[in-house]
Amino acid sequence: MQGISAKIISRAKELMRDGTVNKVVGWKAGEFFYDCEPYVFETEESLDGLVYNRFCAANLSKYMIKNSIATGEDSLKVLVLLKPCDTYSFNQLLTEHRIVRENVYILGVGCEGMCDIDRIRENGFKGITGIGENADGKTLTVRTLYGDGEVVIDDVLVNKCEFCKGKAHKIYDELISDNEDEGPRGDRFAGVRDIEAMSPGERFAFWKGELSKCIRCNACRNACPACSCRKCVFDNNASGIASKANTDSFEEKMFHIIRAFHVAGRCTDCGECSRVCPQGIPLHLFNRKYIKDINEFYGDYAAGEEAGQRGPLISYTEGDIEPAAVSDKGGK
Amino acid sequence: MPVNEQKEWKPKIVAFCCNWCSYAGADLAGSSRLSYPADVKIIRVPCSCRVNPIFILKAFERGADGVIICGCHPGDCHYSTGNYYTRRRMALLFSMLDYIGVERGRTRVEWVSAAEGARFSQVMNDFAKKISELGENVKVGDLRCRE
Repeated sequence: MQGISAKIISRAKELMRDGTVNKVVGWKAGEFFYDCEPYVFETEESLDGLVYNRFCAANLSKYMIKNSIATGEDSLKVLVLLKPCDTYSFNQLLTEHRIVRENVYILGVGCEGMCDIDRIRENGFKGITGIGENADGKTLTVRTLYGDGEVVIDDVLVNKCEFCKGKAHKIYDELISDNEDEGPRGDRFAGVRDIEAMSPGERFAFWKGELSKCIRCNACRNACPACSCRKCVFDNNASGIASKANTDSFEEKMFHIIRAFHVAGRCTDCGECSRVCPQGIPLHLFNRKYIKDINEFYGDYAAGEEAGQRGPLISYTEGDIEPAAVSDKGGK
Repeated sequence: MPVNEQKEWKPKIVAFCCNWCSYAGADLAGSSRLSYPADVKIIRVPCSCRVNPIFILKAFERGADGVIICGCHPGDCHYSTGNYYTRRRMALLFSMLDYIGVERGRTRVEWVSAAEGARFSQVMNDFAKKISELGENVKVGDLRCRE
């Protein structure tokens, strides 16, 4: 990962210098080393600040909506760094005509899985000052104020990386990657099946417990590449959703069900919603439920696998499953 | 008089009926002197496809015990294809409601044509019976709407 980072920076500088691109959308170190945040680099010098490490989990596809549209008369060409899973979101946005493809130069970057600082902390580390990659590629050295320690990377991955979709880029102009595609990792529907196996009362209690933590900060909506409507239903005071304080902790159900429904069939399962949630709500379980249902009812469909696909909720067949089959029998 | 002043519990059922088939079916049920429960409140929509998932959640939030959506039979939609989309959307939404623990059976989609007055009455009687069996849906209601 470290080696690839130097390659990315030098290639980005090269492309900026020869005028192929005039902007770079990448990650920059934030307040803390594990706070890598999306950033638009506009000069070659500023690219020294570009980082690519185990904490660059943010999906940059959504930033291309705004950055791929030329505002002035200058020709615009933007370099964007996309990890394999981010390319699904990029494709989905292309399908929805939200990104001007001609203005984008995609530099596909290889990924070995991103780490979650909270999970590293759960291993008992306090006062973390830095993290180093070990040569074996399987462990990290955690430097703290109280001494160094080691963690196994597989134990501290971000949820979306635990269920990695594969290391193959679905769309790119150029690739800097030195890992091979190992296919999907883990069973991403296992969590959904666990909940389905509960009784209705238990399911209700589970979601009540999780969703009552929601503080309606809208981070999930703002980070979600599928949630890119110019005007959001939740910003409309007359929608009856945003206009009042909650009287019942479970009112958040409405926000989350509707949000998940609005992205159903378009969600690429990029996992950003759960990753950015400050309260740690497993929001991906909503999206995965929809993906699982869509796969079961209407055949396997992966949003963003290729640009120009027709989504399952904007198409139909005459012999579709009747909703009665779901409400009477509870799905398949 | 406050609307919610009720001595004994009666199910509150919201029925979204499409203008072209089911609403006319309800009309026919009425003019044929067929009875269906007074607990069913009909809301006319241009097409079953007009029913936004928010409508259904909103109905539950306002204290509905059951929500039923009626539309033209697949293939007979006045707008050609509206009900095909309803079918997909509602299958997913109902599955999701089940997933968060709202009992199955509180939501339903039925296809009722304008000529099926008898069927309309039968469907509504069945649904009201089912909701009465399930009892009060207190779980998803908004506290303020219950007082």
